[in-house]
Amino acid sequence: MIKKITSLLGASALALGASLGSARAADTVKVGVLHSLSGTMAISETSLRDILLFTFDEINAKGGVLGKKIEPVVVDGASNWPLFAEKAKQLLEQDKVAVTFGCWTSVSRKSVLPVFEKNNGLLFYPVQYEGEEESQNVAYTAEAVNQQATPAVDYYLAEGKKKFYLLGSDYVYPQTTNLVLLEYLLSKGVKLENIGGGFRKDGSGKIISAGKYTPFGHTDYQQIVAEIKQFAASGDACVISTLNGDTNVPFFKEYAASGLTAEKCPVVSFSISEDEFRGLPAAQLVGQLGCWTYFQSINTPANKKFVSDFQAWLKKSNVPGLVKEGRVTCSPMVLSYVGVYLWKAAVEKAGSFDVDKVRAAWKSGISFDGPGGKVTTQKNMHLTKNVYIGETKADGQFKIVKSFNNVYGEPWLKGKFK
Amino acid sequence: MSSSGSSPAVRRLELIVVAVVAVLLIVVLPLLNAQGLISNFTLSLWGKYLCYALLAISVDLLWGYTGLLSLGQALFFTLGGYMHGMYLMRMIGELGQYKKPIPDFLVFLGWERLPAFWEPFSSFPFALAMVFLVPGLLAYVFGFLAFRSRIKGVYFSILTQALTYAASIMFFRNNLLLGGNNGFTDFKFILGHSLADPATSRALYIASAVTLLLAYLFCRWLSRTKFGLVQQAIRDGENRVLFSGYATMHFKLFIFVVAALIAAVGGALYTPQVGIINPGEMQADKSLEAVVWVAVGGRGTLLGPILGAISINALKSWATRAYPDLWLIILGGLFILVVLFLPGGLVSIPARLKALWKKLRREPEPPPASSTQPAQPVSAKS
Repeated sequence: MIKKITSLLGASALALGASLGSARAADTVKVGVLHSLSGTMAISETSLRDILLFTFDEINAKGGVLGKKIEPVVVDGASNWPLFAEKAKQLLEQDKVAVTFGCWTSVSRKSVLPVFEKNNGLLFYPVQYEGEEESQNVAYTAEAVNQQATPAVDYYLAEGKKKFYLLGSDYVYPQTTNLVLLEYLLSKGVKLENIGGGFRKDGSGKIISAGKYTPFGHTDYQQIVAEIKQFAASGDACVISTLNGDTNVPFFKEYAASGLTAEKCPVVSFSISEDEFRGLPAAQLVGQLGCWTYFQSINTPANKKFVSDFQAWLKKSNVPGLVKEGRVTCSPMVLSYVGVYLWKAAVEKAGSFDVDKVRAAWKSGISFDGPGGKVTTQKNMHLTKNVYIGETKADGQFKIVKSFNNVYGEPWLKGKFK
Repeated sequence: MSSSGSSPAVRRLELIVVAVVAVLLIVVLPLLNAQGLISNFTLSLWGKYLCYALLAISVDLLWGYTGLLSLGQALFFTLGGYMHGMYLMRMIGELGQYKKPIPDFLVFLGWERLPAFWEPFSSFPFALAMVFLVPGLLAYVFGFLAFRSRIKGVYFSILTQALTYAASIMFFRNNLLLGGNNGFTDFKFILGHSLADPATSRALYIASAVTLLLAYLFCRWLSRTKFGLVQQAIRDGENRVLFSGYATMHFKLFIFVVAALIAAVGGALYTPQVGIINPGEMQADKSLEAVVWVAVGGRGTLLGPILGAISINALKSWATRAYPDLWLIILGGLFILVVLFLPGGLVSIPARLKALWKKLRREPEPPPASSTQPAQPVSAKS
């Protein structure tokens, strides 16, 4: 006990020393990192903290931004949404950071949004989301629904699929994605009876949305899989899954056990990336599809250099609590990485860290050749980027089967496809 | 452990301390903020802590004074927050992302008109009434069923935990039309005042501080009435009270409802200050956290829970920024230390110091003969 306390004190003293040291260093620019390092989201979000610190080191080694070294201010949102709002306030009002990189869940973004708008801050948001939002204080490097869900439908249609089963966790991202997908499928001539998962109707009986929803942490997928099996009996069906996190394990287990395979009825998942396979058994998902704007398997010199540089950084880094073994790169990580470089480019174009000027530079259209290919900033605070569809392999990597180049990020999709 | 046993002098001293702190919190802090000497950020943090203190008081009223360990008290806090949140959502008007006259989350669920049960929440008095009615009624029904069946001790605790867990699952569902996982956020106005205005935040802060003071004074008064004495007797030996002819169920039911109302008011004040209310707040761990605040501050006292809620949350605010990787270890270590060495909680520190001081003063007096005796360890008697 005593030994633990002394080592803890030692560590705290070290950390204090480090923070004092960096605060004293001249010519730095403070940058916020607002992710959950503890709680349910830590498993995903810690990877984003890691990649951000790697990116800052990479930029600092080459002279920083406008001649200033990046000084990260890392805070823990602890998977606690009111705490996210508090930490955002702290970063903006006390630390006066120039920019913040952070958030994973939609609810955390919704929680900090009013804080960023009130203080005219700038948040870079890197994780696929439901769209239907366009704040002037958020740079959405994330995939919009038309950079994941609708390209996946296009791919399925080209493959000759005629029936679509919509399944998701019950929160805003799946609900909105399926609302858009219902409209999109109908606009592509898919018949209503060929859309599975059920419909939601308003008071007058008009269909307003579709999809089957299960709560977070749901484990019993027997009935749903049986329903899918029946739905897929004709052989031209597929599943579009927006299931989140842990629930994928029992779902795919049940799916495999029922005899359904990727050949009979493929599942495309929008929430499973390489990083999720650190905690998910990939064997049961072999052949199933993923759709992102980056895969680690992209075979370009830029991506290979990025992956090996990150691995080299992991080896020599002394960030406390850093997991060094079995690390991979995935889309949210790359969109965080790309975000930092786009911010740097915008700052350099504006010649200032001022948020209004940086935003104007972003809106003027800046391109960056990232690990996933070229990305370009748009007037609506989103990004044009390449979209890839990949097949899951047993080692948790993806084999790219289709790519769509330079897809424009469109957040407002509800009511667009009619 | 109980305050009923403390001497009148101690109680008078406590009142003086409370009066000084109340003036500091209600008058001095907002004045300094208005002068710009205390940042809006700091004041908003304190507003949040004071709301948590209300939750802690409600836990202690049950646990410390009645012997009912509720592990679901955050449910009533969150319900109060939701009821007020519904009013705040209506006040957004057409300033949401969709620029529609109904809340954003209803638009993304496909709704075009406001569901009927949302209509009356455009009225502040109605929402305020609901802040009391909904959690109060739930507490009454749940308490009635639990106490009538003589559910006690750990079974009662588990039931309260199950209740809040079930409620959180229900509120997570989007079909409930209360915002699902995201809950309510992006509030703009309260009673016509912009929430972005520092003066509004200050007013909300003062309202929280005054409410906390009133809740404290009420509990203090209650604990000295005959009712309060019966309440504490139930804690110390319910069967004896029962056989003395008191219907303990009515006492417990009353106190359970009162505690729920205190928590609900805390939640109602919390929502506009924090800017978000969602089902995450009624998950089991939130209620457990509140129990920890009470344990750390000092159970069975009135100042303890307040002190515990404020100090732990202040520590959390600081540590999640200063030591984002270590703060859980720091907080956990502190809990262990307090449980091991300070079973009376933080409020017992002055008495401890006084005892230590007395001993130190006495020590030099006796002749060297006493040096053969080993010094008394400063460990706790539980």
